[in-house]
Amino acid sequence: MNYKTDMARVKGLGSAKEGTHEWWIGRLTSVALIPLTLCFLWKVAPLIGGAHTELLAAFQSPFTAITTILFIMIAFIHLAGGLQEVIVDYVHGKAMLVVLLVSTKLACWGMGFAGAFAVAKIAFGA
Amino acid sequence: MADVNRGKRPLSPHISIYRTEINMITSILNRITGAGMMLAAVLIVWWLLAAATSEAYFDFVNGILTSWLGLIVMFGSLWALWFHFLGGLRHLVMDFGYGYELKSVDFWGWAIVALSFVLTAASIYCLAVN
Repeated sequence: MNYKTDMARVKGLGSAKEGTHEWWIGRLTSVALIPLTLCFLWKVAPLIGGAHTELLAAFQSPFTAITTILFIMIAFIHLAGGLQEVIVDYVHGKAMLVVLLVSTKLACWGMGFAGAFAVAKIAFGA
Repeated sequence: MADVNRGKRPLSPHISIYRTEINMITSILNRITGAGMMLAAVLIVWWLLAAATSEAYFDFVNGILTSWLGLIVMFGSLWALWFHFLGGLRHLVMDFGYGYELKSVDFWGWAIVALSFVLTAASIYCLAVN
């Protein structure tokens, strides 16, 4: 027998009330990624397997450098949001949930910054 | 009153009870492709960092990305990218309230699967010609 009232039992449960914002960031980044993904496939994907000098030359173009930096940063923000959604759906248990949420978010920020820095360094003359 | 039938309530039917439909497949594939591209994203960042470091290090990472295992990941991720791209476009359309009729759901479900392979083949062709 539990002596808690119904009200005490449900207080603090329910929605975190941040869902709309998370959903909106997901949509906003997905819209930004439409042109940026196409630019990446057009300008950067062909450089995979190519010569180093070719890559350095490609990032001398401000268009390529800027769209690639935006692509990397926004893609990792989008990835962070998506992974969070997947984790909260499938992972149960507070400790594992917190560890995964914190580590994936920090890893995404780190990777996004590292990629942007690498492109900037090349664009400004590696 | 507070403990009436707690934990013994009937559950709503879950996926195991339904016949598989194309929209179930595209739904879970959008998740799998999205999360799966994490690997390619990390590899691309590593590749860019290597390019910003030195020619020797770039050649090393470039070699890994174009090894047979690397190419499987890269081409697999290219398909994942196109699938997720098309799935995302479809979601944006559905966010505006269009495409919920059963015929439309079935048609676009199969269409994005087919288009994802067409676009993957087309982009591999463009990369090969380049």
